[in-house]
Formats: sequence, structure tokens, C-alpha cells
Amino acid sequence: MAEQQVIIAGFGGQGVMSMGQLLTYAGMLEDKNVSWLPSYGPEMRGGTANCNVIVSDNPVGSPLVTEATTAIVMNLPSLDKFEGRVVEDGILLINSSLIDKKTSRTDIRAYEIPANDIANELGNIRIANMVMLGAYIELTNIVSKESILESLKKVLGPSKEKLIPINEKALERGAQAVRQ
Amino acid sequence: MAKVLMKGNEAIGAAAIKAECRYYFGYPITPSSELPEYLSRELPKVDGVFLQAESETAAINMLYGAAGAGARAMTGSSSPGISLKQEGISYIAGAELPCVIVNIVRGGPGLGSIQPSQADYFQATKGGGHGDYRMVVLAPDSIQETVDLVIEGFDIADQYRNPVMILGDGVIGQMMEPVEFKDPPKRDLPPKDWATTGTKDSNGRKRVINSLYIEAEACEQMNLKLQAKYREIQKNEIKFETFGTEGAEIILSAYGITSRVTKNAIKILEKEGIKAGMVRPITLWPFPYKEFEKAAEIDSVKAFLSIEMSMGQMVEDVRLGVNGKKPVYFYGRAGGVVPEPLEIVEEVKKILGGVK
Repeated sequence: MAEQQVIIAGFGGQGVMSMGQLLTYAGMLEDKNVSWLPSYGPEMRGGTANCNVIVSDNPVGSPLVTEATTAIVMNLPSLDKFEGRVVEDGILLINSSLIDKKTSRTDIRAYEIPANDIANELGNIRIANMVMLGAYIELTNIVSKESILESLKKVLGPSKEKLIPINEKALERGAQAVRQ
Repeated sequence: MAKVLMKGNEAIGAAAIKAECRYYFGYPITPSSELPEYLSRELPKVDGVFLQAESETAAINMLYGAAGAGARAMTGSSSPGISLKQEGISYIAGAELPCVIVNIVRGGPGLGSIQPSQADYFQATKGGGHGDYRMVVLAPDSIQETVDLVIEGFDIADQYRNPVMILGDGVIGQMMEPVEFKDPPKRDLPPKDWATTGTKDSNGRKRVINSLYIEAEACEQMNLKLQAKYREIQKNEIKFETFGTEGAEIILSAYGITSRVTKNAIKILEKEGIKAGMVRPITLWPFPYKEFEKAAEIDSVKAFLSIEMSMGQMVEDVRLGVNGKKPVYFYGRAGGVVPEPLEIVEEVKKILGGVK
């Protein structure tokens, strides 16, 4: 039985909510059971944001992720807040462009991905989230890259379809970063 | 129709449109604001009316007016806003007007917090306004069930000329899940031959929508008529989900999103060799008392535990159902805190350790 319970966290504007939505959408396209739950606390622009995503072969129980199979952290406060939520042997993806610190956990699989630097190299800082998502699906195979791109097409609409190739590159570079 | 991924609040709006609701009156409040946002965009596309009222009091009275004219209409809010609507809800119940009211509950009392809560159970099921009235209260645990219940809710409202409340919480309002918009079970709905649509529809006879019966005897008759209707609703409309009760050591009861956290807890308990069953009320009024009565008669069942995001509200109805046959315990978190599965597991162990 494949089930992924994911926490995605960062500050507002890093695309953590949309990263989660794309993953959820892709899971739905692959006929999996999915849920997406955002944090909606009294936070301001630039404050922290996170979402819980569940992609499962079985019906989703609680949509709240208390024990994450994976945490994707885009900034330092998110690392501090969520590394403890990852289950033993779970995955922690750290955006090392913005986080100098190493994880304090030794019982999990941690990967450092310079997502902002890679996104900058590709020419668009806003796709740092897609770099992380590419790394995530490479490690878990929970959904295919094609399903993510299919979801992205639906979310962006025809007017922004020109952004697909750069997003695909970002997914690939993220995958590469964890393959090495 | 294919599944779509939707946020709970938006799905409620889409379900209302699917149910041919064409009027929405409301005032935004977290965590329900995507509902008016969605309908402000979508209702005009189907020649409907979205109206952002100057206050919650205005919105509920606009709903009274639209429902009185026979239209399918809805309002929605979150806890403090629903409190402001209570006078209007009592009037709507008194005037027997069919409509749907959505409460995406947040932490209280007072302004409280904006996080998910179930502390409006008493207000919804026991009458937050004055007088002997009842609303049908529907408490979904997923976005799919939310959509199904909103669509059927409009039919229930029309069938009984009664307000129906969708009682969600911050999680139901904010989360996204795949949904399909299906047709509800077909109901034979009575004609709205009481609606104030002008005398041309009633051979010149005037129709009045009112809840004032100034003579005590007349007011009592009105109450007796309402009670007869409520008995009919109790007979026909109870919904619940139950599983694993046979052979269970303990029965857990929870509704809405708390029931899904509880289901996770039941799985953990199973791995540890403790068999827990579940009764999940879907209609909070009418309440499925009989299901609790039945479960209480199962020999293996030692106790009941009601799990809520409140300080203990539904547990009172669970006790009425169990009727002293077995001990009934309570576990709850308040103010916007959602219980975690392991907390429930610990509570169950504590209870079974004590009653064994």
C-alpha cells in the first residue's frame, strides 16, 4: 500500500500552497485518493505558510498530517518547526539555498537541494518550488512527472502554457539533484 | 461527470448552484469567506443574485424574504456571524421557510479563533434562537459528502418547509478533495402554494408569510403543527454511519472532520489488538439515538467515548441514546485545536484500563 503524508512549508510567496495543490491534482488524475489542507492562521505576507497533502491508494482518513512520510521545507523556520514531524526513515527535503542549517535528525533521509539557485540558473526564481517537487517525485514515485505537468496545464490555463517547458526543466533539475 | 478538485467552501457554492439555488446573501468571515467569494463570481453567470449584505442580521432577513417568495436561497457564515443570525433563524423556523444556512464553525466563544471547531453543536441542534424550533442539521466529514448534503439539503428544506443547516468546520471549509456532482435521490416535493409571488398566482387571495400568532391558543396550535412536522423529520431523515460495532470493546462517536481523525485512531488501536467500533451521526438533528441504543446492547461493548472539537456537547445526546446501559466518556479539544489520533488512542486505553 502506497501512502504519502506530506508537509510542505515555507514563507508566503514561495509557492508552497500551489506545490501541494499540483501534487494533489496529479494524484487525483492518477485515480488515487487525495486531500490538501492549508494552514490558514493569522499570518501576514512574508509569514510562514504550510499545507498537508495526502496521496494514497486507500481512502484518506484524517486530512491532517501529524506524522509525515515527507516534509519539504523551503525556509529555516519551517525546518525548525517540521523536522520533528517526519517519521523514522522518512524523507526531509531542505531548500539549502535559504537554509544553512543541517537537520538535527539522524534517523531520516535528508536531502539538501539548492532550489533557489537552480531556479535562478533556469531564469525564474518562482520555479524553486517545482525544483523541490521534482526532487520529491523522483524519490517517492508517488505520481509521475507527466501527471504534474498535466495538472499544471489545467491550473495555468491556455494563456500561460508557454511556462510549461521551464517548469518541466525545473522538475528535471530537482530530480537530478537527488539522483547524484 | 468527472471528478474535480475543490476547496470545501467553493464546493458548497457549486453544490448550491447545482441544486438550483439562485440567491445568496452573506457577509464574509474566516474560515468561510471562499463561499461568498465563489458565489459572487458564479451566481451572476446563471442569472442568480449574490448580495453582500451590510451585516449578518440583514443577510438572514434577506434570506427570509427570498425564501418567502419561494426561491431557493442560502446564507453562510462562521460562528460569530451565525450567532448574529439567530433571531432571523427563529423567525424563519416560525414562518416555516425552506432555506439552507451554512456554518463553517471556528473556535469560540466570543470572537474566539479562526481555527476549526465543533463548539456550535448546542446552538445548531438545540436552537440558538428563541422558541420551540428545530433545524435539520447536516454534518459532513468530506468534501464529497458536503456536496451531496448541500444538494439534498435544499430538497429536505423544500419537503418540510424548514431551514436546514450545513454544520462544517474550518477543515471542511478550507481543505481540497476530489468531488463529483451527482443528482440527489429523487423526492416528491410539494408545490410552494404559500409563496408570496403576487395574487395572480392565488386567484386574488393574499398570502402572508408570518410567525406572529398573537392569540395564545393559535400560537400553541402553530407549535403543535411544528412538532408534528419535526416528528415526521425524525422518522424519515436520520442519517448515520456505523462500523465495527459487533465485537467491539468500545464505541467511539464523532462527527464531521473529527470522525476522520477518529478513524485513524481506530486503525492504530486495531494494530495494538484493541477493537473499537464507531457510530458517526451525519444528521445531528434528528440525532440517531437508536444507533447508540443498539450499540449499547452489544455484550462486548464496555464503554462509549464521544470525541469532539468542543468541551462536551454531542456527548449529551450520546448519553441519551446509551441511556445508562454503559458508561459514556468524553474527550475533546477546544478553541480551534484538532485532536490527534494518538491522543484518542491514549484516552481509549485509559478508559478500558479503568472499566476492565
